[in-house]
Amino acid sequence: MRSRIAKSLTIGALAAALAACSSVPLDEQGTDQGAAGQGAGSGASTGQIMDPFNPQSVLAQQRSVYFDFDSYTVSEQYRGLVETHARYLAGHGQQRVVIEGNTDERGGAEYNLALGQRRADAVRRMMTLMGVSDSQIEVISFGKEKPKATGNTEADYAENRRADIVYQR
Amino acid sequence: MTAQPHIRYAAAAAPARRLLAALALLLAAALLWRPAQAQLRVDISGTGATQYPIAIADFSGDDTGRSIADVIRADLTRTGQFRLVSAVGSALTVDTPVAYDDWRARGADTVAYGSISRSPDGRYDIRYRLADTVQHGQLDGVAFTGTERELRRIAHQIADRIYEKITGVRGVFSTHIAYVLKQGGTYELQVADADGQAPRVALRSREPIISPAWSPDGTKLAYVSFESGKPVVYVQTLSSSQRVPVANYKGNNSAPAWSPDGGRLALVLTRDGLSQIYVVNADGSGLRRVTRSPMIDTEPVFSPDGGSLYFTSDRSGSPQIYQTSLDGSEPRRVTFNGGYNISPRISPDGRTLLYVSRRDGAFRIASLDLSSGNETLLTNGRDDQSPSFAPNGMQVLYAAVQNGRSVLAGVSSDGRVRQTLSVLNGEVREPTWGPFPQ
Repeated sequence: MRSRIAKSLTIGALAAALAACSSVPLDEQGTDQGAAGQGAGSGASTGQIMDPFNPQSVLAQQRSVYFDFDSYTVSEQYRGLVETHARYLAGHGQQRVVIEGNTDERGGAEYNLALGQRRADAVRRMMTLMGVSDSQIEVISFGKEKPKATGNTEADYAENRRADIVYQR
Repeated sequence: MTAQPHIRYAAAAAPARRLLAALALLLAAALLWRPAQAQLRVDISGTGATQYPIAIADFSGDDTGRSIADVIRADLTRTGQFRLVSAVGSALTVDTPVAYDDWRARGADTVAYGSISRSPDGRYDIRYRLADTVQHGQLDGVAFTGTERELRRIAHQIADRIYEKITGVRGVFSTHIAYVLKQGGTYELQVADADGQAPRVALRSREPIISPAWSPDGTKLAYVSFESGKPVVYVQTLSSSQRVPVANYKGNNSAPAWSPDGGRLALVLTRDGLSQIYVVNADGSGLRRVTRSPMIDTEPVFSPDGGSLYFTSDRSGSPQIYQTSLDGSEPRRVTFNGGYNISPRISPDGRTLLYVSRRDGAFRIASLDLSSGNETLLTNGRDDQSPSFAPNGMQVLYAAVQNGRSVLAGVSSDGRVRQTLSVLNGEVREPTWGPFPQ
C-alpha cells in the first residue's frame, strides 16, 4: 500500500510538472523507478516505453486508481496516473479502453455495482476532460463480485476499492 | 422465543437423477435444466404467537406414506404457525372413522391422514382427508395420482391445502426459490423447492451471476450474468433453458424486475452515465428511460398494481428507497431511518416494504408498514441481504452469513420465526422467492 502510494506520488509530481509545461519531453518520466510496485518488472526502465501491451511500460504497470472508503472521486495522487493514460489515448485515437470499477464486499450486490461504476466513471470523466474521446472508453463495473483481494481486512477492502484501466486489443 | 426441535433432512439423489445428471454432463452445456447435487438443510428456531395444534398421521398402505407425512409435517412446522401433535401408532387409513374426541383429548384440533397405493402401471394413488376434531367434521378430502418423482410435489400440495383450510391463507409449499450458489470459481443459478429441496441448475458459469428475478407466471428467470466480461441482462425460459440477452448496452446492464403482467422489465443501465432506471418490453424491445437524476438510481421493483416503481437512490447523499411513477415524475422518498437502505421489495398486497438497512455497521432486513410508517427489523445478523417475500406475504427469504459462510435464511414477515436453509457445500447468494404456480 505504501509503496503504491509512493510510486503514484512520483508520477503525480511528474504529471504536475508536465501539465505546467506541456513541451517537457516524455522521457523525463524515467525517474519513476524507486518503489517496488505491484506490477511486474519493477526496477526496469519503464518510463520511455509508452506501449500499453508492453509489460515494461508504465501504461501496463500503473493502471489502477484506488479510492478511499465511501469515496468516488479520483484523489489528487492518481491524477498523474490518469493523465499518463489520457495523453496516450488522446494520441492514439483508435485505441479503446475499458475502465472497470470495483468495490469492497460490504453491502448489496446491485448497489455496489452502481458504486463501482461511479468510481470507474470518475476516471472516465477525468480522461475526457484531458482530451480522450468518449468513444474510446467503455465504463463497466464488477461491483463486489470480482474482488482482487479475497480477505476481509481493511487492507483487503482498500485493495478492492479500485478502478482498473484495461486496454483492448 | 421457545426453542423448537431442530429438523435436518437431505434428499438422497436417486439413481435416475444421477443418470440424468451424467447425461447432462455429456451434453456439456452449461445451460441444462437438470438436478443439482447440492443439498440443503433446514434449521428452525422460534415460534409464532398462535400455533394451531395438528396431528398428521403417516399415510397408510405403502412405505412412501411416511415420507409424504414427513414432508407435510416439515412444511407446516417451518412456518412456526403449527404445533405437531404426535400421531405415532394411529394406523389411520383414509376410510377410518376418526375418533374426534380422542384426538381432541390428545390436543389436536385437526387431524390429517390418508392412504397411498401403487397401481400396476407404477403410478401412485394418494387420498387424503383433514378432520376437524372440534366441529366433528371433514375440512378437506382430495385424491391425487402421480409418479414416484411427483410424490414430493403432491405432499407439498397437500400441505398447501391444510395450510389454507386452517389459516385461511394460501400456502406456498408448492412454490420455488431461485438463488446463486458459488462453489470455488463456479457460479450456479439454481431453482429449488420452497423448502430448499430438489435443487436444479438453470445456468452454470465461471463468471458471477446476480439479481435473479422470476417472471410472474414462474416460467422464466431474468438475471445478470458477467459471462461476456461485463454485466448483461438475460431472460431464460426454465423449461427449455433457452435464453436471450434483453439488455446488452454500452456499460452495465443490471437489476431486472418484471412488471406484474410479465410484459415488461424494469432494469438499470449506465449507457448514459451513472446507473439509471429504464423499462423495456420483455423481449428487449422498446427501451425507455424512467429516472433522470445525476446520482445513482438502481434496484427497481414494480408496485403490485404495476403503476409505480420502488427503487434505491443516493440522491439525498445516502442510499434510500424512493417511489416514482413509470414516467419518472413525482419521485417520493419512502425510507428515512438510518443512512443506508437498499434492495426494496414490496409485499403482494402492496402494504409492506422490505429492504436491507445498515444499523451499527450490520446489515439487517427491515420491514416498513407503508400506511403507518412503522418500521420493524426482522433479522439480527451481521450481513443479511437480498430479501424477498413469499407470494402469500407470510414469509421472507434472505441471504445471511453464519459462521463465516453465506446461507439461505427465512423469517416470518412478523419477525417471530426464523429458519436457516444452508447449503452444505458452497456460498449461497441472491435468493428470490418465486410466484404461486399457475
